[in-house]
Amino acid sequence: MTFWLLLTVNSITFGGLLFLLAAGFSLIFGLMRIPNLTHGSLFMLGAYFGATFVGGYLSLTFNFWLAVLMATVLVAAFGAVIERFLLRQLPGQPMAQVLVTLGISFIVADFCLMVWGGDPVRVDTPESLTGFLRYGPMVFPHYRLAVIAIAAAAALGLWLLLDRTRLGAMIRAGVDDPDMARVVGIRVSQLFTIVFALGAGLAAFAGIIGAPILSVYPGLDQDMLPLALVVVILGGSGSLLGSFVGSIVIGFIYNFGQALLPELSYFVLFLPMLVVLLVRPQGLFGRFVP
Amino acid sequence: MSALTVNALCKAFGGLHVTTDVNLNVEPGERRLIIGPNGAGKTTLFNLITGELMPDSGSIQLFGHDITRVPSRRRPHMSMARTYQIITLFPNDTIIHNVSLALLGLSPMRWNPLIDMKRQGHIVEQAHEALKRVGLSHLAERPLGETSYGERRRVEIAMALAQNPKVLLLDEPFAGLSIDERRDVHQLLLAIPRDVTMVMIEHNMDVALEFAERITLLHFGEVIVEGTRAEVVADPRTREVYLGH
Amino acid sequence: MSARVIALAVGFVALVTLPYWMPGIYYINVSSQILFSAIFALGLNILAGYGGLVSLGHAGLFGIAAYATGYMLQHGFGHPIAILTALVGGMASMAVYAVLSLRATGIGFIMITLALGEIIWGLAYRWISITGGDNGINLHGRPQPFGIEINTANSFYYTTLVVFLVAFAAVAVFVRSPLGAALMGTRDQARRMNALGYHVWAIRFWACMFSGLLTAIAGILFVYYTQFISPQALDLTASAEVVLMVIAGGAGTLLGPIVGAALVIVVKSVVSGFIERWNMLLGAIFVAIVILMPEGLVPGTARLWRLAWRKAGAQASREAERKAGTGS
Repeated sequence: MTFWLLLTVNSITFGGLLFLLAAGFSLIFGLMRIPNLTHGSLFMLGAYFGATFVGGYLSLTFNFWLAVLMATVLVAAFGAVIERFLLRQLPGQPMAQVLVTLGISFIVADFCLMVWGGDPVRVDTPESLTGFLRYGPMVFPHYRLAVIAIAAAAALGLWLLLDRTRLGAMIRAGVDDPDMARVVGIRVSQLFTIVFALGAGLAAFAGIIGAPILSVYPGLDQDMLPLALVVVILGGSGSLLGSFVGSIVIGFIYNFGQALLPELSYFVLFLPMLVVLLVRPQGLFGRFVP
Repeated sequence: MSALTVNALCKAFGGLHVTTDVNLNVEPGERRLIIGPNGAGKTTLFNLITGELMPDSGSIQLFGHDITRVPSRRRPHMSMARTYQIITLFPNDTIIHNVSLALLGLSPMRWNPLIDMKRQGHIVEQAHEALKRVGLSHLAERPLGETSYGERRRVEIAMALAQNPKVLLLDEPFAGLSIDERRDVHQLLLAIPRDVTMVMIEHNMDVALEFAERITLLHFGEVIVEGTRAEVVADPRTREVYLGH
Repeated sequence: MSARVIALAVGFVALVTLPYWMPGIYYINVSSQILFSAIFALGLNILAGYGGLVSLGHAGLFGIAAYATGYMLQHGFGHPIAILTALVGGMASMAVYAVLSLRATGIGFIMITLALGEIIWGLAYRWISITGGDNGINLHGRPQPFGIEINTANSFYYTTLVVFLVAFAAVAVFVRSPLGAALMGTRDQARRMNALGYHVWAIRFWACMFSGLLTAIAGILFVYYTQFISPQALDLTASAEVVLMVIAGGAGTLLGPIVGAALVIVVKSVVSGFIERWNMLLGAIFVAIVILMPEGLVPGTARLWRLAWRKAGAQASREAERKAGTGS
């Protein structure tokens, strides 16, 4: 019983992390109509940067949360540069843009290998959250509960951004009908840069928040990208609610799958995605068909 | 037996009714013109007839055969051909290749992965014939991307005619053409023999009216007026539709 | 004789005499790698270049053929049975792959194939009882076609060369055929092809099967070359690399995938010796090509060459005119 409860909490935690990763991917896919194949590497890059800031850089160590902020901003800026100087060279050519993101993922992955080497980097849980919550025989690490809270807060924040701000309204318009949005005077290309930066920042944020749990290692990008893809296809393109529901579902399938059917766990993970693609290609809450 | 019959055809997208209870009866060899203001549902009607869109209700008969549920790719094999309003040809290929593709579409040879297409004498010959009919023989080897708009319109027609259709649907064949080009296409269409039934959508009244024997006027997806050219032109409802109440 | 025919003839002679002018066994082996990678790239090109369907999971199919060969050999079957199983298994997997992925085109197709490739990788990594997981499967020895041993670098190279030439010829024939023209038609104007009477889905399906056959052949050659198969050979990076080969070399051309394969293998095997960041280099080259020379290296260089010739020709005729003018 304890085992299942712990597995459930871990699934929700992982789901929270996946939400942070997938929300950015979903926004970029929704607005720019491209699956950002650099997303996994941006997650990894954020994690590495955060790890460096926490662990000490130029003989300065930073508070965990400050490190999170710095890593997020740094990678978001990098995302803006990618969109502005590379993707914008190929307007209206989604296939070419996808290929460019593929090429960049190679570059970023190798950059990380060059700077941080081949050994996994561990990140210590921030001191304020190193405790455990005990409930009878069950032990819940504070940090994992904190991740759930952070993901929920981020979900709320993103929802407020999309639903209550002018920027959010423009993004939603762009997702629903990019041509119409242009006609109405929305500077869609500027929006692209902002959303790509936002997505990159979210990925990096997820990376460093997840680092105390997952650590950071070469290949992390390849592990996370397919998960973002599955969540967004299942939940639906361009839908925040879809990413939310999708992440929780996938979080559960991933953890329970590994526990119950280790040999087929990857297959089980992708199965709902395949079913969705065959039966309802726009996903559970999607706004368009990819 | 009529060449093309449409019975009570209906199509709606969500709440938007694009085709409402349309009836059409085209006799073999007839020259039918479909007119109507923008958004009347003319191209949608064509898409329903060729099968690119499935109707919600109603039926379509081609020479007595019910083709309502026949997949669109089979309809050319039943002698129905169509040209498009927006030119969708193969820009990287030569004109002769474009026409050859049209010919190949009806031939079992299209599944053959072994023979050299350029060496198939009868296909090449027929393609040249089709180009001669539209007066483009001299441009056979020209890549489509290097031809004028008017020439491309004629390639569209050549491709449709190459499939030897019994029913030919033309979607705005005169769109975007200069006066001279319009005259050429008009002559071309006049020269098509009576064993081909022609249904045309057109906006350009001067050329279209000359061509039409019977006219169907569509508005908001419904048939408003139908009859001979004289009847439709004289009908007060025609003026109403075009000029408002 | 056109320049093209001469170039092809020179290339053919160079390939046939390769072991005699390549400086050492290492480079002969690299050449073998280039050749079977080229077969893999030619296979992907059928779909991506001629069909307009970029698959990001093709390494999965490559891997299935390789794993099938290894698995059968491991369980005591002879080489002919192993190879046959790999070919049949590879094509059967491709049929399933096609039915699932051909529900979409363009971006949707990329996403589905990415997912399918990941599923296959996941099975290779986790289904340890069959695949040995991370440890992979080891092979011992190579087949003996017509009783000839092919364990040396030279003999394996010639075997690979023969298979490559047959594969290349098959692709060349396909490209000129009606089915090839039909496939390219569906790439350029699928809706119009449907309206002209073509069965677009079926055409794409058969293209997938041809692609699957070439991919399986490449996988079999690969596993006999390395004598080892592990999940790394079919991960996302491997699928991305073959896409890179096709796009960088020139999608939809005959020579593009070959040049692309040579580029990637040379960077991986030779350049990596003196540039440690060869992965970054590969990524950067790829991004540069997609943005600056999107048609690929082969058509792009041909175009620049023609431009240079034309400029030189124009210059020469201007010179001649000037001289003629001053003469009279």
